[in-house]
Amino acid sequence: MSLILLIEQILNGLQFGVMLFLTAAGLTLVFGVMGLINLAHGSLFMIGAFAAAATAAATGNFALALMASMAAAAAAGALIEVCVIRRLYDRDHLDQVLATFALILIFSEGTRWMFGSFPLYLNIPEMLSGPIALPGGIQYPLYRLTLIAIGLIIALGLFLLISRTRLGIQIRAGESDREMIAALGVDITRLYTIVFALGAALAGLAGALIGAIQSVQVGMGEPVLILAFVVIVIGGIGSIKGALIGSLLVGVTNTLGAVLLPATFKLIMEPATAATVGSSLASMLIYILMAIVLIVKPTGLFGVRV
Amino acid sequence: MRRESLINVLLAAGLLGFPLWAYVMNEPFLITLSTRVAILALAGVGLNIALGLGGLVSLGHAAFFGIGGYAMGILASHAQSYAPLMESPFLIEGTKSMPIIWLVAIIASGLAALMIGGLSLRTSGVYFIMITLAFGQMFFYFSISWPAYGGEDGLSIYVRNGFPGLNTLDPIQFFLICYVLLVAVLFFANRLAQSPFGLALNAARQNAMRVETVGITPYQLRLTGFVISGMITGLAGALFADLNRFVSPSMFSWQTSGEIMIFVILGGTARLFGPVAGAAVFIALEHILGGLSEFWHIYLGVLLLGIVLFARGGIIGTLAGHEVRHD
Repeated sequence: MSLILLIEQILNGLQFGVMLFLTAAGLTLVFGVMGLINLAHGSLFMIGAFAAAATAAATGNFALALMASMAAAAAAGALIEVCVIRRLYDRDHLDQVLATFALILIFSEGTRWMFGSFPLYLNIPEMLSGPIALPGGIQYPLYRLTLIAIGLIIALGLFLLISRTRLGIQIRAGESDREMIAALGVDITRLYTIVFALGAALAGLAGALIGAIQSVQVGMGEPVLILAFVVIVIGGIGSIKGALIGSLLVGVTNTLGAVLLPATFKLIMEPATAATVGSSLASMLIYILMAIVLIVKPTGLFGVRV
Repeated sequence: MRRESLINVLLAAGLLGFPLWAYVMNEPFLITLSTRVAILALAGVGLNIALGLGGLVSLGHAAFFGIGGYAMGILASHAQSYAPLMESPFLIEGTKSMPIIWLVAIIASGLAALMIGGLSLRTSGVYFIMITLAFGQMFFYFSISWPAYGGEDGLSIYVRNGFPGLNTLDPIQFFLICYVLLVAVLFFANRLAQSPFGLALNAARQNAMRVETVGITPYQLRLTGFVISGMITGLAGALFADLNRFVSPSMFSWQTSGEIMIFVILGGTARLFGPVAGAAVFIALEHILGGLSEFWHIYLGVLLLGIVLFARGGIIGTLAGHEVRHD
């Protein structure tokens, strides 16, 4: 195992991690502020990817496609918040799970109905395609590097939004006491819609950015959603910092595990068995990580509430 | 007779009568549909113990369903190829005998439930939902990446496993096996809910602190309930695999967990026959709407949304009124 390969894999893990962060951030905000578990968050991720693919196919402009992804996901998010989600804030988690599961069914089948079952493709723009030489003689895809940069910039922006702006103050106040801030004259209903649409837009953007690496297809959101849950369990509910660290941890663990575990097992077993055992174990690695965090700190690394 | 008891009797009679009628009319496909209902209802009865009685919103019950399925698949595939499952330290051979497969499925899914429940019950509420979902997904990925038993393609069993004295390849006989198991488990679940254990578990759902003050640990109650729940769903998984003579990672998928939960909610949470009504309606919808439109999941989604938002209590709750309120 060469050092260059290892660094490449770490970068891949970081890239995967920041994209997970974009998905998990909205989820954890929505949970933190509204106390709602939203399974349909993965659908918003998918809507972003489809909007981007459709826009790119129509205009050929990648930047426009990214904006379309955020706009479409935010619009879909605001729509379901106003029509459905709003009625669920006072319900128990079971009702929230079911209603948002129903939304997944509607969104997935609706998308299949509109776009068909075949995957769409979203091309990486000319400007960002191809590898770039990093110090140390590493050739790394420019697009993936751009994703890491975008993810980190958004993470920074989100921190500033939450800690420095008026909206951020309201969000934080909403997390600790929603009745009090309503009494102080903040339009809580509007705040909730904004937070929900913001989270949706981030998920949609992640969907579009990931969609250019993978294919854009129905059902692409749910595996990411479940990983985002793992991230939130590890990071702690409601914590943006926890979501960032959890995402990077999950991203790097997942990517490195898939490479390193089979290689490690090769040292002690015959190659065929090692590949099998290694890759099977690697597929379970992040869940094992989650279990360890649960044993050590049931509320997650940065969580306070049980 | 209470209205709910009457509905229960009607449901039990209907689920038995329909395939018998289909048998007389020589419609084997309808018998198979009824068998699906019985098996999926059984999975729902399992989940209902955790969900309805214990208030544990598990979105990972596909794990137990899949483990039950793979218990059947692995044992039967070894019997099929005459290759022993394990030679050292002692010999274990595959088997085509249903009772043994059921036992293995129950034990294996019980152990998995002990592990998953032991970890995830350290938390509660929304954490619990996410963790059970994640552990379910862990089994899904493991079954895909483990090539020995078919990996992504799944595992086919050519001949349905046997039950002493019966011809399981005959649809009506296999249905009766599943039906008798369902009724037996329903009886057990009813007794369980009324037993001191069931009452304590129910109390822990309503007010954990009070239960703790009288000297009972909610964690142990919930873990026991969760394990029993997982065992029943595992048994259903073994039967389901036997019905299809096929087992694949899709049994582990999160959609399976969601569907099992839909059976319970559609029928009515914490109602004894809720999963039976739910599974029957679900399969009927799948059959009827699925014939009308390729995109029948949209209608299912709208229906489910309507039930959650407007008709809480599910089918049985709506028909029988709120004699047993659940919140």
